[in-house]
Amino acid sequence: MSDFALLRFRDDEPHDEPAVTLDAFIGQSNATAVRLESSDDARALLPQIAQLALIEVSFPGYRDGRGYSSARILREAGYTGELRAAGDVLVDQIPLMRRCGFDSFAPEAPIDIDVLRASLERYDTPYQKAADGAVPVWKLRHG
Amino acid sequence: MYKYDTYDQAIVDSRVDEFRDQVRRRLSGELTEDQFKPLRLMNGLYLQLHAYMLRVAIPYGTLDGRQMRMLGHIARKYDRGYGHFTTRQNLQFNWIKLDETPDILAELATVEMHAIQTSGNCIRNISSDQFAGAAADEVADPRPWAELIRQWSTFHPEFTYLPRKFKICVIAADEDRAAMRLHDIGIQLLVRDGELGAKIFVGGGMGRTPMISHEIKDFVTADDLMSYLEACLRVYNRYGRRDNIYKARIKILLHEIGADEYRRQVEEEFAAVKGLGLDPPRAELERITAFFGTPDFDTTPNAEIDRSDPDFAVWLDQNVKPHKQDGYAIVTISLKPVGGIPGDASADQIDLMADLAERYSFDELRVSHAQNIVLPHVRTRDLHDLWTALAAAGLAEANLDLISDIIACPGLDYCSLANARSIPLAQKIATRFGDLGRQRELGELKLKISGCINACGHHHAGHIGILGVDKKGTENYQLSLGGSGAEDVSLAKITGPGFSEDGVVDAIERVTDRYLEVREGGERFLDTYRRVGFETFKEAIYNPVLETNGGTK
Amino acid sequence: MRLLTGNDLPTGDVVWWTGTGWSRHLEDAIDVGTAGEAILRAEEGARRVNVPYMIDATQTADGPRPAHIKDRIRALGPTMRPDLTLKPADPDAGSWVI
Repeated sequence: MSDFALLRFRDDEPHDEPAVTLDAFIGQSNATAVRLESSDDARALLPQIAQLALIEVSFPGYRDGRGYSSARILREAGYTGELRAAGDVLVDQIPLMRRCGFDSFAPEAPIDIDVLRASLERYDTPYQKAADGAVPVWKLRHG
Repeated sequence: MYKYDTYDQAIVDSRVDEFRDQVRRRLSGELTEDQFKPLRLMNGLYLQLHAYMLRVAIPYGTLDGRQMRMLGHIARKYDRGYGHFTTRQNLQFNWIKLDETPDILAELATVEMHAIQTSGNCIRNISSDQFAGAAADEVADPRPWAELIRQWSTFHPEFTYLPRKFKICVIAADEDRAAMRLHDIGIQLLVRDGELGAKIFVGGGMGRTPMISHEIKDFVTADDLMSYLEACLRVYNRYGRRDNIYKARIKILLHEIGADEYRRQVEEEFAAVKGLGLDPPRAELERITAFFGTPDFDTTPNAEIDRSDPDFAVWLDQNVKPHKQDGYAIVTISLKPVGGIPGDASADQIDLMADLAERYSFDELRVSHAQNIVLPHVRTRDLHDLWTALAAAGLAEANLDLISDIIACPGLDYCSLANARSIPLAQKIATRFGDLGRQRELGELKLKISGCINACGHHHAGHIGILGVDKKGTENYQLSLGGSGAEDVSLAKITGPGFSEDGVVDAIERVTDRYLEVREGGERFLDTYRRVGFETFKEAIYNPVLETNGGTK
Repeated sequence: MRLLTGNDLPTGDVVWWTGTGWSRHLEDAIDVGTAGEAILRAEEGARRVNVPYMIDATQTADGPRPAHIKDRIRALGPTMRPDLTLKPADPDAGSWVI
């Protein structure tokens, strides 16, 4: 299915159904995995979100930040399945992607796991609430 | 002013650690320059014409003596003895080494400073009114809101790879002293039915296509502000153009889909995120607001100010503004000595200003977007002593808002993006008009110079604006007239063909001469321009009238 | 002539290809002719230079003179702070730039 190493932060088994395009998904009723391009509207998935086990969001270039919004939108809508960032995914962006709700990563180039581990552990408390369940600073200040 | 708690300090300390590791990986080759560039930009580190340049954040332009002294220390220890205050209230060091930058950031962190998000396609320094907390016309101090937004925007995971940079400004008065209408998001605090809230403007900006922002929301309460801003940014992140860096700002999105459609999309997104618990409780804004309380003003009556020293009197009239508290004044320290480099301060001058702030201004300084320093709370009886100390250090130029109070970007002398030098031109203009009597006769005249279309010198908002261009390898300067970054916001209009460096100085003199000929009453240049129109000035510039006695103008 | 230039990675200093290495001084720069691309790639790959690129210049009695004013300012330093340039003691250094 894929040649590159898959990083996952989930306990369940990786989903092995191939991901269809958004257009194919909207027309097809039984796909369980879909791939969103960076220009696709994540909300187009919402009417059929319950049938999805895997949503893969493409990062054609790491500077294209639209996927971060797609991820948060899907988590905000209640999606709990696997949310994968695929493509030009670099180790310095993975912590931000985790905060937006991504729980698996299919980078084009290898990731240094030691750098990743240090990056993920570096910041204790974020300033803002996002999609990862981390408690923001203001909540710790005021309960 | 705001003081970090352990959470704020931990965030800044972690950032230093993170950047230290990123620098290590760049130096070892694990990161290519292309991969490293956004990471270093998000820590304010540019590779400029001569060296790395570090842009230190001064949140909403506010700092204390200890922080100012740290800037002076960094200038001496890591740079070449000076710094440059910018049009976004930050400070730039021009001669930084990459391998020393983590240490610089570590030193800054010891005094609650950083260079976070002062560059890159992310939310930048939140700017504000340099007279905040001191001006009588504000409905509240805007800076607690700016601090709330600063924290929300810091390492915001969804908005770290925006189509382009994003600049937010917060003011709290009808008089706009911070060019709020020329920001991506501009916020004006106001009171409605007894409640303090915010009016939101979106889509202002300068650069290649300057635009004035549109009012998108007439009133947002503190309870909804964060989720409303999330909605504004999310629409931009999703739909802002990414195909062309010159069309990637939010102003272009509003221009292309229309303000009404943008508003509609934001309201839709706002409805989706409002219930998600993104907004901090009121208690957080109250906690922050408590740091911006009224200083312990001395309310004993003051004697009349002794104006017998004429140089002091002139400085008093020009650089000192009324304070909301009787017996106090707002002082602007001009960093525009005639013939000097606009916005630059030596390490010694920086240290002196720190001392003076501690002694005379409740240990507080501000940086204005006009690249000057403000001491916001000076007792009127201390003004003469303050002025004497400033004068001894070359910091008492009495030219606030006069023609020699020039905003100038660093230009081709420093900046790899520039097409022309701006600083030598600023020096020539200031020198030509150097006589203070002449400047005061001309009155308020905001002249702004940018060395390229990126418009960091805000030339679109200049009463007189100058844009440096490259004309077949030679520096050339386009003149424009009638811009304003105040509440009477307008964009300057190009006069016609450009000039050489000396030519544009002459052209400006023809403009000011014409102004003096046609002005009525106490009109400012900008008022006369708006009344009599563009054509008369264009004619003065390009078709100067010969004097009948044989001389030429 | 074509000059190869870039920045020293750890310090940010402007550097010029001399034929055997990198110098802070423009006068040491040589004409790389058509061989520039290959040298650029090798030097950048070995991290001996950061963001290298080539510029046009003319040979003069005083050494290479970059064709564009931006490159001349880059070679020397800020024109209104002679003390910060590479030739602080030379009163004519700035006029060479213009």
